Amino acid sequence: MDIFLQIIVSGFAAGGVYGLIALGFVLIYKATSVLNLATGEFMTMGAFVCLTALTQASAPFWIALPATLLFAALLGVIVERVVLRPLIGEPIIAVIMVTIGLGSILKGITHLVWSPEYRSFPPIFPPQPLDLGFAIVPSGLLWGFIFALVCTAVFTFIFKYTRTGLAMRATAANQQAALSMGISVKGVFALSWSFAAITAAVGGIIIGNISGISIHLGHIGLKVLAVIILGGLDSIVGAIIGGFIIGILENLAGVYLDSIVGGGVKEVVPFIILVIIMMIRPYGMFGRPIIERV
Amino acid sequence: MRCGDFKESYLKDETIFQTYWVKFWLFILMLFLLGLPFYANSYVMYVANLIGFAIIGAVGLNLLTGFTGQISLGHAAFIGVGGYTAAILVTRLGLPFWVAMPLAGLTAAATGMVIGIPSLRVKGLYLVIATLAAQFILEYVFVHWESMTHGIRGINVPAPRLGSFVFDTEQKFYYITLAVVLLGVGFARNLVRTKWGRAFIAIRDRDLAAEIMGINLFRYKLVAFGLSSFYAGIAGALWVGFIKVVTPEHFPFSLSIQYLAMVIVGGLGSVLGAIFGAVFMTLVPELLNVLTSFAKSSVPGLEHVFLPMKDVIFGLLIVSFLIFEPHGLAEIWHRIKNFFNLWPFSY
Repeated sequence: MDIFLQIIVSGFAAGGVYGLIALGFVLIYKATSVLNLATGEFMTMGAFVCLTALTQASAPFWIALPATLLFAALLGVIVERVVLRPLIGEPIIAVIMVTIGLGSILKGITHLVWSPEYRSFPPIFPPQPLDLGFAIVPSGLLWGFIFALVCTAVFTFIFKYTRTGLAMRATAANQQAALSMGISVKGVFALSWSFAAITAAVGGIIIGNISGISIHLGHIGLKVLAVIILGGLDSIVGAIIGGFIIGILENLAGVYLDSIVGGGVKEVVPFIILVIIMMIRPYGMFGRPIIERV
Repeated sequence: MRCGDFKESYLKDETIFQTYWVKFWLFILMLFLLGLPFYANSYVMYVANLIGFAIIGAVGLNLLTGFTGQISLGHAAFIGVGGYTAAILVTRLGLPFWVAMPLAGLTAAATGMVIGIPSLRVKGLYLVIATLAAQFILEYVFVHWESMTHGIRGINVPAPRLGSFVFDTEQKFYYITLAVVLLGVGFARNLVRTKWGRAFIAIRDRDLAAEIMGINLFRYKLVAFGLSSFYAGIAGALWVGFIKVVTPEHFPFSLSIQYLAMVIVGGLGSVLGAIFGAVFMTLVPELLNVLTSFAKSSVPGLEHVFLPMKDVIFGLLIVSFLIFEPHGLAEIWHRIKNFFNLWPFSY
């Protein structure tokens, strides 16, 4: 029983990070109807920038983090302006492929600037784990969870209660109407991309803290697709709850199924869940079904 | 003097060989392709074989993505299914390669149709994600179904033989590849002007309108998935017969992306485009390889720059084609052809 609770708790904590990364997907999808398959590379790049700031410039974490976020925001804006804007109104395959191509470019650049070997972060958070009584949360997961929660809260607040958030929601609801109300749709697009890049960078830093980083960190970005399908592509709440569910299920499968089918189940379980959801309820728990009218 | 290319009936517009000159040039091309092994070295023949496999796979993917409009990020997995089926049939059951290859195609087609089932309910982005999941699940199966696939150790496969003639060198295998490429391209080129092909295009352009006009969406989408995976399976079987071993690393997610890139760079919805794309996207990495080894000898210390540059160039190609030339190489080819068609009196 103890081990079961332990698994649930670690899954919950990992789920928080998934939820945060999923939030990046959802923010972009809501505002611009683009599925950003380069999210994983945004994560990797953010994590490496932070690591460089910490080790090479030996800056304290409270300087390195804002610097990374600034970098991520800039990256998001540049990507939106240079790559995505010419493709507004193009068919889906073009938009999907452009993000894949973008991912390839970013991965190459990351590889070029930071060599491919595996690295670990210097300890940022206090190392003592949290003892809940029935389960123990390792420090990395605990702080990652707290971080993810704070970030999600901040973005939800911006989205729900500020003028900018209102503009973003209006754009998501109806671009034409938003334009005629004087909202700068281009500005909203740029903002969404920079927000998404920021969430991805924070996600990358958290994961880097827990398990170290290499240029292949980006694979997690694809795993998170299961989260957004479960939660619904256009639902912020769905992203967060989906993150927890996938995190827990993945950890459970990793412990209980690994011995049966022989290793590595953790990597594939999110995708199996994804296919099952797709068959039963394609628009996820909280997603809005797309109704087509002729 | 000819002042244009005029077609006076639909039948003429649909013919494959539109003018005698097309036939003439194709004949020259055939002579060149048939004679290639006699004067090319084995490296060139190796690349020629790779291009052949890529053409088969890309033409198949273009039937699905370019003509039917269903985006698939799992093409490499279907190629893998074909490769593994061929390897298992040849080694376990002792079937000759010639029987195993079509069976590999059929197995891949069956797998593809299963993956295609969600395409009835979901489309666009959701289908992309479903096929991406299929890629990772199949990859997992390749690695972990040890009793069948031997996991990461892979399966060794003997070279195909016909009587006592063994197709064990690049030159000899090239003729198998060439024959299959010709069959595959010919079939695809004919298919797209039949009822089935027109149904595919109708589904791509507006699926609701197609359904209202009496096209059974489910059936045609599944057939498109099956056909495209059949091509993939054949490409996989050839690949396995060629390099004589099959391991899971041969069919990664990045290969799926590469196939989609071929179709896009070449030109969506054009058989010729798929061929151009396959040739181009196979030659570019090879060229970079050559450059890398050249850089290694002349400027030591620079070679570590080239490996990541491959990723960057690959990505740049996709992005810049999408932004600047969305119809791909096929469109460039048409422009050049039209320019010279009436040159110097075009107006």
